Amino acid sequence: MHADPGAVLTGVHFLNGDQACCEGALAAGARFAAGYPITPSTEIVERFASRAPEVGGVFIQMEDELAASITLQGAVWAGARAFTVTSGPGFSLMMEHLGYAVMTETPCVFVNVMRGGPSTGLPTLPAQGDVMQARWGSHGDYEIIAVCPNSPQECFDLTVRAFNLSERYRVPVMVLMDECVGHMTEKVVIPPAEQIEVQPRRLTAKKPGDYLPYEPEEDLVPALAHAGEGYRYHITGVTHDEAGRLGVNAAAQDKLVRRLCEKVRRASEDLASYELEGPDDADVAVVSYGITSRVAERAVRLAREQGLRVAKLRLLTIWPFADSAIRDLAARVKTIVVPELNLGQLVREVERAAAGQARVIPVSHAGGTVHRPEDILSAILEGVQ
Amino acid sequence: MLTEIRFAGFGGQGILLAANIVGRAAAIYEGGYATMTQSYGPEARGGASSAQVLLSDEPILYPYTTHEDILVALSQEAFTRFAPNMKPDGLLLVEEELVRVEGLRGTERMFGIPATRLAEELGKRVVLNIVMVGFFAALSGLGKPESYHQAIAASVPKGLIDLNLKAFEKGYEFGDRAAHRPPSEETAIADLAWHHP
Repeated sequence: MHADPGAVLTGVHFLNGDQACCEGALAAGARFAAGYPITPSTEIVERFASRAPEVGGVFIQMEDELAASITLQGAVWAGARAFTVTSGPGFSLMMEHLGYAVMTETPCVFVNVMRGGPSTGLPTLPAQGDVMQARWGSHGDYEIIAVCPNSPQECFDLTVRAFNLSERYRVPVMVLMDECVGHMTEKVVIPPAEQIEVQPRRLTAKKPGDYLPYEPEEDLVPALAHAGEGYRYHITGVTHDEAGRLGVNAAAQDKLVRRLCEKVRRASEDLASYELEGPDDADVAVVSYGITSRVAERAVRLAREQGLRVAKLRLLTIWPFADSAIRDLAARVKTIVVPELNLGQLVREVERAAAGQARVIPVSHAGGTVHRPEDILSAILEGVQ
Repeated sequence: MLTEIRFAGFGGQGILLAANIVGRAAAIYEGGYATMTQSYGPEARGGASSAQVLLSDEPILYPYTTHEDILVALSQEAFTRFAPNMKPDGLLLVEEELVRVEGLRGTERMFGIPATRLAEELGKRVVLNIVMVGFFAALSGLGKPESYHQAIAASVPKGLIDLNLKAFEKGYEFGDRAAHRPPSEETAIADLAWHHP
């Protein structure tokens, strides 16, 4: 299925990451957003509120982030493609309903334009301190998908991908931007609608009497039915069976939660997307994501100018984590350098996946700006030793 | 080659739009690469405003300026804060009735323009930023005037395109004259402080 030409702003634009994210959502078919605007994500819903009437969409400013993150799920069950946008403090408040979307298998997108934390932190400055919260912020066992753009162009591209993945796997998908990317303006090319693939909603083909709302298809993902179409449907955050009946017992829990995790885990290798570049005989590899990947690339170039053999791996999807890519990389380099705008979060995943095959050097930064390329270069030089 | 530019002034002067037009002209109509970032204070409006534009013929990695090749200062605070960070041979463009230039190293190239007054002569003070863009276009040598014309037309409300193009021309002509003035008549940095006894 292709994007609706009426909503795709085909052309060459000069947009910031927030605006590009909004256009990506519109291209992917989003027609509903609920939010409680917060810096540095405000421009996304500001633009959506202005664009929505042109495409038959709705934006609702709710009373807080809890309300926004559950309202969008109501819209999904009524048939819309929906998302919300926020930043750190709001993301924390949304965690309860993120878990609800996981449990109810509600396809939706949460955009978090990361700023410095904890708490109010640095409202107008960048950080990457929410990457573990994106993975583990809600209670219980679950698997999640999160993409991480490093330019306004990718804010468009990866927001489209986020919506598609949420519909494909019926799992909430996070777009983890940061203040720098969100407020950075660059050229953004929006292709014609017929070149934008849109994943259709997985609606059941069964008749109301034959349909079980949580009965998985072959890929463990159940088909959905919208409200008002005559199907019996119990949307619940309580552990339930395939018919949607409550099952507050160990057996029902085991069956449901294992399936919810397994539907994402078995697709992990497809979901993990990354760019790997550099010589096969590299001594050091730099693993990075988001805005930090651009600074890291500058450091890699400086290192190569000094004659060092350096590879770089950039994660476009950070959850599920690219385990096998890191494992393979660790098997052939001496050292992996991991710069990130936090005090050491995704580096733990790199260490886990590397499993001792390579030395791992974190380059931490508390946020507020980006790394100095020289600091990443120093870690590369240390890694060559 | 990377060119690092900063536009700075106070809220309401249209700093961000000026920077946006320069970036848009380069990225879309000149076929180069441009990255614009902006500084936000905690204030909703008013106060200091500053935007950074990086231009290059290859993809831009590091998103901020390190030492500016060109500083466009529209307030005293902007000049005082950012001029020391310029490259020693950088180009400094100032709103000469709002900025008292002092304490430079003397190696910078510097030109002033009464952008606000010129905008007022056009009947709308708000186009002072576009006068400044014209001045910038003439003196930076970056991009063809037509690219700026297109970027302006794509950036302002339809009914105001003509006014903004006039503002651009006004700034461009002023800059062009300044650029072609014989060296002896060129506004020396010391002279500029003179305008503000």
